[in-house]
Amino acid sequence: MVILAQFVIGLVLGLGLVIAGMSNPAKVLNFLDLAAIPTGGWDASLAFVLGGAVVVTFIGYRLVLRRDRPIFDSRFHLPTSTAIDTRILVGPAIFGIGWGLAGFCPGPALTALTTGGPPAWLFLAAMFAGMAGARWLAAREPAPSPVPHRS
Amino acid sequence: MIATDFTPVASLLGGALIGAAAVALMAANGRIAGISGFAARLLPPYADNGLAGRFAFVLGIVLAPLLVGLATGSLPVPQIEASAPLLLIGGLLVGFGAVWGNGCTSGHGVCGLARLSPRSLVATSVFMATAIATVFLTRHLI
Repeated sequence: MVILAQFVIGLVLGLGLVIAGMSNPAKVLNFLDLAAIPTGGWDASLAFVLGGAVVVTFIGYRLVLRRDRPIFDSRFHLPTSTAIDTRILVGPAIFGIGWGLAGFCPGPALTALTTGGPPAWLFLAAMFAGMAGARWLAAREPAPSPVPHRS
Repeated sequence: MIATDFTPVASLLGGALIGAAAVALMAANGRIAGISGFAARLLPPYADNGLAGRFAFVLGIVLAPLLVGLATGSLPVPQIEASAPLLLIGGLLVGFGAVWGNGCTSGHGVCGLARLSPRSLVATSVFMATAIATVFLTRHLI
């Protein structure tokens, strides 16, 4: 049952990516191209994707997290780390460069498996290789020493 | 570059669906809907027994465009501008960076911001900034 639920949720998420236009790298790159604002080539659509997603999630999480536990698990698994360490700067910096080069982030790349042909398969293969490399490296690194987070 | 239309209504609706999926996943098994985390943990080593669920989640995302194709009669084909070398390098960087930074556009950008997580705000600001800088570099300087 929980596996079927996760399939349906993945399907809804994928539908959202496709309907939003987020699954189209050309649209993503046109959103990231702020220098095209004066010439009219900028596509602001993705701000609406992020805005819509964050608002719905913000409200929905507040309702769901009031419950004692999720439907299929004994507890909520929320990230507990609050450390602003080098990994939370370096990882996203690298991620953003790749996103800007190709126009794909992981979700849209997955939707392109069925529709994007060989260019999408190349990106996906490289993405999984990059993931494997990071996990391999992370397993060999000592755990990042948490920076005291006080204000 | 390939010109694309400004689609605020479809994008807002699609964004709302992404949010609905994130909320549903939290309600179902109490997890953050981080696509890179789900995808990366399809690879060994496996630390838990959630592999089938992760596979089902990723399979749903993969099959979604086919459902759109069935419903509308035309497959939503992505317009990919990047050359093969850039797709290769971009893929490596996206995969590595997402795992190294504990999340991608969905985990940090949607779920993390919705939780008002300072880490996710930092991560989202950084990847937006480097992505914008990269597009500026490749489209206007090189």
